[in-house]
Amino acid sequence: MGAGSAAGAALPAEHVRVSRLTRLLESEKLLASVLLVPGLAILLIFIAYPFVMALWYSLTSIRVGDPGQFVGLANFTKAWNDTIFQTAFKNTVFYTFWATIFKLALGMWLALLLNRTFRFKRIIRASMLLPFIVPTVLSAFAWRWMFDPTFSVMNWVLYHSGVITDRLPFLSDGDWAMWCAVLVNTWRGMPFFAITLLAGLQTISPDLHEAAALDGANAWNRFWHVTWPLLLPVTLVVVVFSVIQTFSDFQLIYVLTGGGPANSTHLIATYAYQVGVASGLLGEGAALSLFMFPVLFAVVWIQLRFMKRMEGA
Amino acid sequence: MLIERKWKKWLYFYLPMAVFILFTLFPFYWMAVTALRPDHELYRTWRQASATPFWTLEPTLEHFRGLLQTTAFPKWLWNTMLIALVSTVISLICGMFAGYALARLKFRGSEFLGTAIFVTYLVPQTLLFIPLADIIRDLHLGNTPWALMLTYPTFLIPFCTWLLMGYFKTIPKELEECARIDGATRFGAMVRIIFPVAIPGILSAGIFAFTLSWNEFIYALIFMSSADLKTVPVGVVSELIRGDIFFWGQLMAGALLGSIPVALVYSFFVEYYVTGLTGSVKG
Repeated sequence: MGAGSAAGAALPAEHVRVSRLTRLLESEKLLASVLLVPGLAILLIFIAYPFVMALWYSLTSIRVGDPGQFVGLANFTKAWNDTIFQTAFKNTVFYTFWATIFKLALGMWLALLLNRTFRFKRIIRASMLLPFIVPTVLSAFAWRWMFDPTFSVMNWVLYHSGVITDRLPFLSDGDWAMWCAVLVNTWRGMPFFAITLLAGLQTISPDLHEAAALDGANAWNRFWHVTWPLLLPVTLVVVVFSVIQTFSDFQLIYVLTGGGPANSTHLIATYAYQVGVASGLLGEGAALSLFMFPVLFAVVWIQLRFMKRMEGA
Repeated sequence: MLIERKWKKWLYFYLPMAVFILFTLFPFYWMAVTALRPDHELYRTWRQASATPFWTLEPTLEHFRGLLQTTAFPKWLWNTMLIALVSTVISLICGMFAGYALARLKFRGSEFLGTAIFVTYLVPQTLLFIPLADIIRDLHLGNTPWALMLTYPTFLIPFCTWLLMGYFKTIPKELEECARIDGATRFGAMVRIIFPVAIPGILSAGIFAFTLSWNEFIYALIFMSSADLKTVPVGVVSELIRGDIFFWGQLMAGALLGSIPVALVYSFFVEYYVTGLTGSVKG
């Protein structure tokens, strides 16, 4: 459109039209709406609309090929009393809680290490990001292979180094499998924490550390009283993103255990998939995934409150 | 002040760093070793002794050959590339426009819209996939690449918008004002002055968007049913496991080949990514 004004000089009629358009676009309001329309249209059609539909589905007995009828909260009460769902809910909370703690602790540690000067810094920093950028499904397969009941390389190492006499039931026991999922999720998410916290660390002036060191603060105190408070805003943002991603996770469990053994490792999302897509009970599946919403909403609300406070301060 | 004794540096730096590197990279190493091993070496149980547990003396490309010749893997790779590229471009354009509007233009409700776009980023795909599958079918997009090209931007646009909004805010207003005094229109100043200056931010948003689309799984799993139209993650899951049998050699070869393109994109742009991120963290 900008280039049109130069070309339009040869054609008077065209010129008038183009200049009227450009004049209209000089209005901030109009330009803003033109610029916002494409993005908002996609978000409305593919997020807002399906969200409303999910609410409606969850109140009906719809299944594949059968529109069903309004059933009120029956789907929700059914889910609430479903022992598989109860396990899935507990698993989701467990998985989110521990994975986030580990990702934060290890990510922070890794960020502090990467913030120092050492040889091959760039290549090490870049390669540390690999778990985060490689498709989760593909790397989860590598882990599943390493956890394989018969061919596990970890069992091989532990057995041949004399640590164990019998194989560890990595994915064949529900409790073990949940911890394995936490481990893989930590492996995958830690680099994101590390690199984002590293970006935050680089904005902290070294003078502050010098000053604290002169006052006699040791490394731990310098971290706790200088670095941590300054990193808090960045940390909060990363934790919120990670909690949302982890709480709604699907792919990792889908590949690693598929919800098994005996439905003991389902997350809300994988169970909703099993009910809604694999069994075709759309209404019940929609209700199951909506159970995620209150938790996600609370997290987002806290985040927004915090952002407002930061802006106010 | 940061002079340390040698053993301290070993204990507090080299040792943890080595553990981190081992933990981070071992799965990739194992992927590569598995993909190159012949089957008879691959299926050696955890009790069996082995002279070469961590490498192989008979590397073979048999799994790669099988993957490329007997499955539609090259097709999946192409689909994933195309879908990731198109949805990245769509999201970048929408994100640049919306980010500029929110960062620079004054209009009623801008704060509300900014928050609303941010909130949509926090609505996960797993909350929406059931009704979305019906919407896609009703729009006759099911089993076409457009089903993914149009739905992936839903989780990319909010991210791009916010990252770029932060970036645009760090660009001094004077730059634009100078151009406007010289007779540029608002739109022209945006396209010719602001966007070029914001290239590091745009690139990092683009890299992030590209990898997120490359990684996406649940929409691709549900919307695409023909084997020829699948993306790499879905193809690997659904076509390389037949019944209960896992073709581990081919699976790992597929995982490796499916990871290399994103890893390459990243390694070229990792510096941009970090600086872009720093910009948005500061902003």
